Amino acid sequence: MTAMATQPLPAPQSATPMVKADGIEKNYGKLQVLNGIDMEVKAGEVVCLIGPSGSGKSTFLRCINHLEGIDGGRMWVDGKVMGYDIKGTRLHEQKDSEVCRNRTGIGMVFQHFNLFPHMSVLENLMEAPRLVLKQKRSVVRERALKLLDAVGLAEKAEAYPRQLSGGQQQRVAIARALCMEPKLMLFDEPTSALDPELVGEVLKVIKDLAQSGMTMVVVTHEMNFARDVADRVVFMADGQIVEQGPARDIITNPQHPRTKAFLASVL
Amino acid sequence: MSTQITVADEVPARTRDHYTIVKAKHPGRWVSAVVILAVFAVLLQSVFTNPRFGWGTVAKYLRDVSIINGIGVTLMLTVVCMAIGIVIGVVLAVMRLSLNPVVRTAAFGYVNFFRGTPVLVQLLFWYNLAALYPLISFGIPGVALNANQLITPIFAAILGLGLNQGAYMSEIVRAGILSVDNGQLEAAGALGINRLHTLRRIILPQAMRVIIPPTGNETIGMLKTTALVSVISVPELLYSSQIIYARTFQTIPLLIVASLWYIVVTSVLSVGQYYLERRFAKGGQRNLPLTPLQRITLFFNTHDRLARKGGKL
Repeated sequence: MTAMATQPLPAPQSATPMVKADGIEKNYGKLQVLNGIDMEVKAGEVVCLIGPSGSGKSTFLRCINHLEGIDGGRMWVDGKVMGYDIKGTRLHEQKDSEVCRNRTGIGMVFQHFNLFPHMSVLENLMEAPRLVLKQKRSVVRERALKLLDAVGLAEKAEAYPRQLSGGQQQRVAIARALCMEPKLMLFDEPTSALDPELVGEVLKVIKDLAQSGMTMVVVTHEMNFARDVADRVVFMADGQIVEQGPARDIITNPQHPRTKAFLASVL
Repeated sequence: MSTQITVADEVPARTRDHYTIVKAKHPGRWVSAVVILAVFAVLLQSVFTNPRFGWGTVAKYLRDVSIINGIGVTLMLTVVCMAIGIVIGVVLAVMRLSLNPVVRTAAFGYVNFFRGTPVLVQLLFWYNLAALYPLISFGIPGVALNANQLITPIFAAILGLGLNQGAYMSEIVRAGILSVDNGQLEAAGALGINRLHTLRRIILPQAMRVIIPPTGNETIGMLKTTALVSVISVPELLYSSQIIYARTFQTIPLLIVASLWYIVVTSVLSVGQYYLERRFAKGGQRNLPLTPLQRITLFFNTHDRLARKGGKL
């Protein structure tokens, strides 16, 4: 399914990493959720974040596009610092408009889809490119229809989200994110809210997207998916990276006792 | 005994029995209906035989020019004051959700002040503003407007009712905004849609579903509240009737005239509210419920007399 990548493949060995996290810290009150996360994601790489609930993997993912502000460290996406302007040794919080501009290159898919219920499927896809990128209606519409076709929902363009199954809604959500032509896609437990028989159709779309060369960071509980699709798996616990490496090695032959315990409990 | 796996094909076809379902009788329903109709008949009889109702006078003044003009003023006040109320309400609601504590507190103070004083007192206050500020300059040097000429009764009425309504509307709008799932904000943010666009295109349209029903309620309430401005001699529906009965001493018939018109207009507004709610329910439910008209049509298209009685099909 090459139709999904609406842009040319990124150069495989780009000099700047797509994501660079340097000592990310995040606190909720006294609770330290992220405890100095360092991570790099190369262009075209697919990274799966796994770990027990409360390990901070979703929070870290939300720090990448600055849905969560950070309390320490720095986050670069495609060479730009997210959410802050560096002036000397100070990080100045960016204005809403700048944060929004930086987010346009980053697609995000949520656990609960978060489609706009008052808009049809097609309107859901077209809203942001029209409003944010100020692209022409006809151009956006053509791209949106192509993407809906790619996720197998061409005939649902005029439907409203609540008329769709969970799996269909999540595929629309993926198409909506792709309609912004992002360089990077973030997935926050994209199949956790789905009925078991609907998980497959969504994973297939994500897998196709991965194979088209999209850079992706995926928080998931689907170990088989992580093993088959990810280039690299990162295991997090208590706000820290405990173990990471090639997907197959981590899933089938974990080294750290916490990774072993976690995988033993979920597989 | 072991549990056997059965597959749908192996289940023998159920043989059709020949029982008929007989619907239960409800004598209580018949009795209550008869009692209610009897009471209604007695009421109706009294209404039409008591000459003091003065139905002849009612008929005479029902379409009197000054009454019709009064309805016009009442409607104008309702529309203008609700419009002012909605605009102030949205602004205040957004202010109350602001991160700035001063902005938030100011909005709360406004709501508390206007909700905390009777609207009748507020109307009298605005009407008598000239006693407080004989000259109004809006703080601009060189401007000095005579308050007595500026604050006409109708202007005082619009100010009083509109500003007061803004306080109530802000609570309704705030509830609507808070009813929208936080995930919608996140999704819009992740797509790079800025805060103002998110409010206008994503949050408010969804909040409308919660905002519309109580706003319809408030509109109907406002229509009746406009009767209060008769105390500052604005010639709306009630005051127009009062002028007539002050002259003719036919108090009851003219109050009936006013009441009939209030009922007519509020009924029309109720129908409007119903269809407005349907419009904004878009995407809220899988399928919209039928309108009463559609339901009646469907009933007569699908029910034959036998089925309605619960007889044998």
